[in-house]
Amino acid sequence: MAIDQQSAPPSPGPTLAHRRVQRMLATVGGFAITLLLTFLGLLAITFFIGRVIPIDPVLAVVGDRATQAQYDAARIAMGLDLPLWQQFISYVGKVFSGDLGMSVSTGRPVIEDLSRFFPATFEMATLGILIGCVIGIPLGVTAAARQGSWIDQIIRVVGLLGYSVPAFWLGLVGLALFYARLRWVGGPGRLDIFYDGLVSPVTGMILIDSLLQGEIDIFWNAVSHIILPAAVLGFFSLAYIARMTRSFMLDQLSQEFVTTARVKGVPERVVIWRHAFNPIRVPLITVVGLSYAGLLEGSVMIETVFSWPGIGNYLTTALLNADMNAVLGSTLVIGAVFIVINKVSDVLYRVLDPRAR
Amino acid sequence: MNTRDWLLADSPASRWQANAGRAYRVFTALMRNPLSVLGGVIILVLLLTAAFAPWIAPYSPTGQDLTSRLLPPSATNWMGTDELGRDIFSRVVWGSQITLTIVLLVALISAPLGLLVGAVAGYFGGWIDRILMGFTDVFLSLPKLILALAFVAALGPGINNAIIAIAITSWPAYARIARAETLTIRNAEYISAVQLAGGGPIRIIVQHILPLCTSSMIIRVTLDMAGVILTAAGLGFIGLGAQPPLPEWGAMISRGRTFILDQWWVATMPGFAIIIVSLGFCFLGDGLRDVLDPKSEGKS
Amino acid sequence: MTAPLLTVENLRVSFPTHSGRVEVVKGLSFTLGRERLGIVGESGSGKSMTGRSILKLIRKPGLVTADKLNFEGIDILDQNEKQMRAIRGARISMVMQDPKFSLNPVMTVGEQIAEALVTHQKLPRRDVQARIIEMLHAVRINDPERVARLYPHEVSGGMGQRIMIAMMLIPEPELLIADEPTSALDVSVQAQVLDIIDELVRNKGMGLILISHDLNLVSRYCDRILVMNAGHVVEECAAGQLANAQHPYTRGLLAAMPVINETRDELPVLDRTQWAGT
Repeated sequence: MAIDQQSAPPSPGPTLAHRRVQRMLATVGGFAITLLLTFLGLLAITFFIGRVIPIDPVLAVVGDRATQAQYDAARIAMGLDLPLWQQFISYVGKVFSGDLGMSVSTGRPVIEDLSRFFPATFEMATLGILIGCVIGIPLGVTAAARQGSWIDQIIRVVGLLGYSVPAFWLGLVGLALFYARLRWVGGPGRLDIFYDGLVSPVTGMILIDSLLQGEIDIFWNAVSHIILPAAVLGFFSLAYIARMTRSFMLDQLSQEFVTTARVKGVPERVVIWRHAFNPIRVPLITVVGLSYAGLLEGSVMIETVFSWPGIGNYLTTALLNADMNAVLGSTLVIGAVFIVINKVSDVLYRVLDPRAR
Repeated sequence: MNTRDWLLADSPASRWQANAGRAYRVFTALMRNPLSVLGGVIILVLLLTAAFAPWIAPYSPTGQDLTSRLLPPSATNWMGTDELGRDIFSRVVWGSQITLTIVLLVALISAPLGLLVGAVAGYFGGWIDRILMGFTDVFLSLPKLILALAFVAALGPGINNAIIAIAITSWPAYARIARAETLTIRNAEYISAVQLAGGGPIRIIVQHILPLCTSSMIIRVTLDMAGVILTAAGLGFIGLGAQPPLPEWGAMISRGRTFILDQWWVATMPGFAIIIVSLGFCFLGDGLRDVLDPKSEGKS
Repeated sequence: MTAPLLTVENLRVSFPTHSGRVEVVKGLSFTLGRERLGIVGESGSGKSMTGRSILKLIRKPGLVTADKLNFEGIDILDQNEKQMRAIRGARISMVMQDPKFSLNPVMTVGEQIAEALVTHQKLPRRDVQARIIEMLHAVRINDPERVARLYPHEVSGGMGQRIMIAMMLIPEPELLIADEPTSALDVSVQAQVLDIIDELVRNKGMGLILISHDLNLVSRYCDRILVMNAGHVVEECAAGQLANAQHPYTRGLLAAMPVINETRDELPVLDRTQWAGT
């Protein structure tokens, strides 16, 4: 939008702000619609996996020793005699009312299990993304500022390793080295056994709960347990964030306005952080969001390795027990969180960038 | 006129010469980048290992020897032995066949599928485009690994189902690329020329649009192979992929988990194989991207 | 003439390519007093590189050499990066081509102008603000308080370039390099922008190097003209003497300009064979 001084109204304040609000509302409205559609798509996929692929979902429930009458009763109870689209609608209705079915292996409603296990995953992934940002962004910026230097080469290698090292393997090697050999960190699980159950769950995140209840010993024990899995997750987000930061920064550093800043005699540190880095803060939010969503996925593997009682562990246990309600419920929750993070970072992008306002 | 001149001719006399010349230029450009050479060598070694596994592996991959269980790496067992006394090196060598099969099949299923969906959506536009791409976007906005896990859970564990599940979750990225390329080609003069000459949509898509998408597709597929290997290994690790006694690398790591604290080599060695092969695909993919599509550097 | 502001002798700028180093500026020499010098040439003639090498802004792997590159007794090539920063902006400044790209998109106009000032002078906040408003007035912006709060994408090209000039002149440098300052602008505002540059440069007694491909424009706003072609200076003359230029390249350029009451049916195309090999 170009306002030349001649054509601009004397006090453009209210109209400009008004237009900004309008555009923001339109963005948010479009956002809600795509979010809803994507979520429906996710439901369609889980529905398809749960009801269509298995050759006989009834058999999976009643077992192969059931009589014909039992079988038919179960079939009608599951609504499988209805046309597929009606089944889908009732499935969507159930999900939106929070009914994800019962878990065969725990005997509890899936939604209850998930809300119990979610905080552990959330705690670990959040710490992981913090590690990834705090180390990855400065590394990426430095690599771009000194393109071709040794630090740039390291970023390149770290970035590629982030794409080629299996997360579960890195976790195992970390355990073997830092727990078994060096004794630097706590082992699998969230706490040592004798601390277990001493903190009553408030948020479900032990680091926060233990501090709230003044249990400093437990806090440090929890730190020693969470630091390794979080660092492994952090490595993968670091690799991605550093690589993207570097590429964004290189793009900015080749822009004319960076030369302008140098012409002004601005110190190189200011050129890099104020002029080149500031414009990429907004796209970086998207990168961090994507990376965070990716960590939720990575936590499935990591939780298995570290016996971490989170959603990932719940999901793999359910997979091995063919507990389909639990599998689909976890898929749905992880998928939904993934979608929301993705779309929110997308919207933040549009709301925060002054050029898009 | 020598071969090199023929390959680098500015005005090739035949389509065959043009293709060969282009391939030669890509090849020489790749050879200038040490990392892509390394990547190529790694892939070549993988291919040879898989082809000649029976001759390379010193022992049988499934032959148990309970007297020599959990031996550390030594001159006779380069990577040590596992809990059943099997030679880990031999199992890693045989495992290359499984990895290669997975990678090839996933590429052969998902790339053409994605290409077709993307090209059809891009060429026809309108409602077809919206429906196909809406579908693609839903898949793209979901976590791949979780989706693959759920599919395998429904289909049942096993290597074939693992391949199907990974392929199902990989095609949307290719559809996006193919659509973007098709949109830029669709309105080109020569497409109009084919239309005027009476060429139908199938002919145009298959003969004129798909060939032009291949170079970006090759880059993307190569770069994605590392991810495919990791996902397959992950499925194997959880116990949903290749089943024992198959020497699949992820499943081998899973077995070695029990011994990780004392016999580290059982779980560690197959991991190195995964890393090296994945890195090989990354290096080669990066190199190919620099040569074939220099503009998109860093935007993966 | 008193001691020159800037002396350049045998300036060479080169870049590595697949087939060895390529020189884009090949042995350029000139002196500049507190006057207005125009450098003219087509794109690729090395004129922009000349401007940037005076500020030592050619980044590696580009290479700048000269027998002499002297600004007010300072040997530019001898300065380290820190010393150069004290010169850039404060003593030599440069107006760049296109304000769409040369202004930082996420900083307000006011912040960017302030930065140019406070990098070189420690001033109380209120004084900085007053200087910015004064400077924006000087480049004929009517509503400086409001404009200072705008982002670059909210102003027009002509206004953007006036902001650029304000930013580059606020630390009061002795030499201003204007690198194609109007070629990205509408014809209607080109003269306005150049008039502003001209007025400010004269009032402050600064030196000006105006880099352009537009012979007419340069001869109107400059005292002396260098004509560059393929890295060489092919002609040096006073602006008024341009019509008597000797070199075939300059003559060719002049002949290719349309004039009012044109009698030619067709404008001639440059015949490059005449000076090939120079």
